[in-house]
Amino acid sequence: MNINTDLVNKVTAFIGYEADLLDHKEYQAWLSLWDPKGLYIVPTDNKETNYEDSVNLALDDADMRRMRVARLESGESVSAGSAGVTVRMMSRVRVLEETADCVVVRCAMTLNELRHGNLVTYPADMEYRLQPTDNGFVIERKVVKLMHAESFLRTVSFIF
Amino acid sequence: MMSELIDVQSISLKAADMVEEGRVHKSLYSDPDIFTEELDKVFQNTWVFVGHESEVAEAGSFKTAYIGQHPVILSRDRKKNTHVLLNRCRHRGATVCEGRKGKTKAFTCPYHGWGYALDGSLRAVPKPEEYEGVIDKSELPLESLRHESYQGLVFATFKDDIEPLEDFLGGAKKWIDLFVKQGGGYPLKVLGEHRFNFPGNWKIQLENTTDAYHFPIVHKSFVSSLDDATQDIFDFLDGDGFVEDLGHGHSVMVMIPQLVDLEEDLDQPIPARFEELAQALRDEGQDEEQVKRLVRAAHGTGFNLNLFPNVSCSMAFFRVLRPVSVGLTEIQHVALGGEGAPAPFNRKRMRLHEHFQGPMGFGTPDDGEAWERVQKGSIAGKDGWILVNRGLGHLHTSEDGNVAGAVCSETGMRGAYQQYKKMMAAEEK
Ligand code: FES
Ligand SMILES: [Fe+2]
Repeated sequence: MNINTDLVNKVTAFIGYEADLLDHKEYQAWLSLWDPKGLYIVPTDNKETNYEDSVNLALDDADMRRMRVARLESGESVSAGSAGVTVRMMSRVRVLEETADCVVVRCAMTLNELRHGNLVTYPADMEYRLQPTDNGFVIERKVVKLMHAESFLRTVSFIF
Repeated sequence: MMSELIDVQSISLKAADMVEEGRVHKSLYSDPDIFTEELDKVFQNTWVFVGHESEVAEAGSFKTAYIGQHPVILSRDRKKNTHVLLNRCRHRGATVCEGRKGKTKAFTCPYHGWGYALDGSLRAVPKPEEYEGVIDKSELPLESLRHESYQGLVFATFKDDIEPLEDFLGGAKKWIDLFVKQGGGYPLKVLGEHRFNFPGNWKIQLENTTDAYHFPIVHKSFVSSLDDATQDIFDFLDGDGFVEDLGHGHSVMVMIPQLVDLEEDLDQPIPARFEELAQALRDEGQDEEQVKRLVRAAHGTGFNLNLFPNVSCSMAFFRVLRPVSVGLTEIQHVALGGEGAPAPFNRKRMRLHEHFQGPMGFGTPDDGEAWERVQKGSIAGKDGWILVNRGLGHLHTSEDGNVAGAVCSETGMRGAYQQYKKMMAAEEK
């Protein structure tokens, strides 16, 4: 096993930055991390690989991401308005694949949300396809495999 | 305990007496004793939706479901007959089947290995010598429940002498017939589902599927995400919609009258938001007539059909509820498409489903927030009532001779609560 520590550090820094943007609801900055053709995916079945032909919790192209953010920021959504803070931890970062134009990364995430005074926790396995750029990466694909996907979630008014 | 907040006078009221014509007592949401009684008097005494036939399309397929708190299996045996079985091993009670759905040759209990066929019959028992003269395998199948289906919707019941399903559905059948047209000429098929729960009573969800009043308020952020033409379609409170009480607790809420029959008005121009789908269908070689038919079906129907007590045929999907405890309800949003329909059609159906439905949709989280607030707020005060009297002064008789009110009236809720009252008033046998 030969770990490219330099690359792991770079992707860890990027993923941590993305997580911080989302926890602090800096959604416009988050949108700019994406490749225009990128897909944000939260499957209902974590074994599924053909997302387009199955029902997902979210399957967002650029338009849907923009609308998702607009909804959360609009002030029109009662659930977004009363959403508490989220704190997410990213760890166990592993580079699965590396080519000149793509890095595939897997990591663990635990997101905590305080909802009407109750702590709700969402553990997930995350998969990123990142395109290296001059000053970091852009996201080509992000798949959030929630443990809850096998059972029942609470409703979600933030972005994983 | 929540129930300690209810005053003595209300506790002495029976659940059935807590339902009046235009209001219901707030403790119906939070009294654990009433909840226990509901499981018995409602969920064990009526037809309960357990799934759609397309979910167990092939021999050997199964799905798991619940009737109230009873885990059950909907299965299809080798002869292609369907069964609804209690998911309880006849030896010492373990579930014999886990997971949402799948295919299997048999249900094998994990504990001591008793093996059951898909029709529930007990086939094999490991080390049978010690059972010689003790048990007769033919007397120990998985318990089978009476079940019937209509247009592929499968209902089961614990009440063996209940009226036939079709009689129970009654006036709702006409609306189910219309609902299944959204397969676009193909048999309706379950494409997948969303699952979520909310910390609140099941009747809060039951009310919601026949509540048009909340739509422009709660779903403002969803409506804002639509193009102008589609926003107009969803601006239905001033339109010609209506709610009709169909009897037996069922009701239909027609929000978009022009989308009641998806096989009519096939000459309409293709709306902008379906242009991409239309082009994809043309590219697949579909002729223009079929393109229009599929595009119209892709909209889903313009109504919610509420079937008491646990399912709604809600515009384009099934909304299934399960009472877990007095203050916790699980909900499934089941996406539908056409069996064998062109892939772009089913994909569009799934994308539309994801847009509004499920715990991450643009609509459901706001519903969930409102319901959670109802559960939380309804606790306040020693005594109090929930109003379901909207539109009581403006009722009319529908074409089919039913009580009907304006689209944003609470006619459907009143119908459901009257059925609830009737069932809760029944004497224990
Ligand atoms: S409990 Fe099922 S075989 Fe013993
Ligand atoms: Fe709603």
